Amino acid sequence: MSVPEEQVGVQQLDPKLDVKPAAAGRRLHPLLDFVLRRLAIGLVTLVAASAVIFWATNALPGDVAQATLGRNANPKALASMRHELHLEEPLLTRYVDWLGGAVHGELGNPASTITQGVGPSVAELIGPALRNTLWLALITFALLVPLTVLLATISALRVGRPADYAISYSSLLLGSLPEFVLGTILILIFFTQLNLLPPLVLPTGNPLDDPEQLVLPVLTLLGVSLSFAVRQLRVGVIHALNQEYVTMARLGGIREYRVLWRYALRNSLAPAIQSFAQTALYLFGGTVIVEALYSYPGIGRELVQAVGSRDISTVQGITLVLTSAYILINIVADLAVVLVVPRLRTGGESR
Amino acid sequence: MSSATAETKVARPARPRRHRWEMLRAPEGVIGLVLLTFTVAVAVIGPIVAPHPLAQPVGPPGEPPGHGFPLGTDYLGRDVLSRVLYGGWPILWLSAVITLFTYVIGVLIGMVAALGRRLTDSVLMRFVDLLLAFPPLLLVLVLIASAGSSSTILIISIVLVLFPGLARIVRSATLEVSTAGYIEAAFARGERAPAVMWHEILPNIGPVILADLGVRFSFAIALVAGVNFLGLGESPPSANWALMVAENNVVITSNVWGVLAPAVMLMVLTVSINLLGDAYVRNRSKAR
Repeated sequence: MSVPEEQVGVQQLDPKLDVKPAAAGRRLHPLLDFVLRRLAIGLVTLVAASAVIFWATNALPGDVAQATLGRNANPKALASMRHELHLEEPLLTRYVDWLGGAVHGELGNPASTITQGVGPSVAELIGPALRNTLWLALITFALLVPLTVLLATISALRVGRPADYAISYSSLLLGSLPEFVLGTILILIFFTQLNLLPPLVLPTGNPLDDPEQLVLPVLTLLGVSLSFAVRQLRVGVIHALNQEYVTMARLGGIREYRVLWRYALRNSLAPAIQSFAQTALYLFGGTVIVEALYSYPGIGRELVQAVGSRDISTVQGITLVLTSAYILINIVADLAVVLVVPRLRTGGESR
Repeated sequence: MSSATAETKVARPARPRRHRWEMLRAPEGVIGLVLLTFTVAVAVIGPIVAPHPLAQPVGPPGEPPGHGFPLGTDYLGRDVLSRVLYGGWPILWLSAVITLFTYVIGVLIGMVAALGRRLTDSVLMRFVDLLLAFPPLLLVLVLIASAGSSSTILIISIVLVLFPGLARIVRSATLEVSTAGYIEAAFARGERAPAVMWHEILPNIGPVILADLGVRFSFAIALVAGVNFLGLGESPPSANWALMVAENNVVITSNVWGVLAPAVMLMVLTVSINLLGDAYVRNRSKAR
């Protein structure tokens, strides 16, 4: 990269985002080459991660059947469960079977289904829960993005003045709270004191049917993620506003909102995508805790219940799904950054 | 000047003259320090001065403040004040131990990767990348699901979550420093790698590492507290602030303090650490 970063208005880009200029004789477009390589790295990471998940959940003293059924389980149930889980086969065989099944959307059966003989499979259990969690995440994000851009821009335009201090410090304070502490404080205000909103999501039916139930979970997630995202984006916008082209545009008499929109914000797009991607990744843990706090019927609550009852196949399935999503968000964010930054898109060649 | 004398005079960069505690001149630094001292004092002295035992019911459940219980009783009729006084230590020591191990491992791996051969570097960094591919809380939950919950498992799993990010920071800081003359000079003098790391590199990447301490310590607290809140950490009847918030939710309408007091203590703890961390970072960027 011969272009100094300051001239492009992109800072702190991950070095792995460098699209290499096409080698002589290579047919592939550098962008396509980059996309393929990034996808390949993601796939390798996912396979390695799945191996870690499988190994970590099987490399314990005692075995899965014993852990699920407890110490006083009757030998017959133990034997049937060991058979059901193919525990007599070697670890590697079971891993390959499990991964092969996962590719086809089969993740085995949870402990309760195995012991009772009937019940949903892990995939059937995950499906609706995942949908509920996605809704929660999407609603949060739909509110998060515009609010973050607004607050970060105000903060960046007023650096070192009261508005900036107010936004920066309140997001520092809000962002340092553990999710469940913020959630509990919200419950105390909106339920115990004001009696405005329900503190729980009822287990029956679709949480979307009763939007009132969604307010507190969304508000909690928004609180922790907003502060995180604002602090990240603020730096990006301040950096863009300090560029010479912004000064030149202002000196040229271009109106301030146009300077802001066309020059500063457009050039903060790459750091913005990265900070929103990081916020999304950061929300993975937050969602688990928020779902547990409000007993929201999502995948996080399923996971916590499965961990509590040591239902290993459910834990494996949910972890695999969530880890795939985590890796996917990383890839999408990388690709999006490359697409919005022309310097990266062309592989550093001047056209 | 002859070249011989020039060679021996590869000076280390001058240490910044600023006083180490300069960050405490900022109001946020002072507020952070006062709040942190208060919380640590409660966590350490609390168990000694607690008026009631931690596990024994002393009144009816969910009683509001009064009748000799300044913060009322919890869902089993135990004294909330006493449990708040007991409940800081478990979270504080676990998070401190986790942060300590995170630093030892993260700094070591980061420096070895930066100074080692290319193979060592890429093996260590691919391992770091793999750990970073997991959502943080998930890695902890998977290990708890398989090995059961204990302090050891909690420490190991949270260190595995926290050290990779630090190792990356240390690696790039070390790479930046290691091109400087005094590192080459040290190697040329025949000093061994561990000595160079300890005497030359560590003091010079110190500020970079310290700037990260606040974030990492509060992340450790958030994970320890989160796992305990989910009911997957310490089991009852032991008291810790996160567990108390979770278990007293059922009496939230009759005695708010069972939930509010531990929640506020956790809030004060995490906010104080973040204020101190922020004061350090701001002071450092001003000093430049």
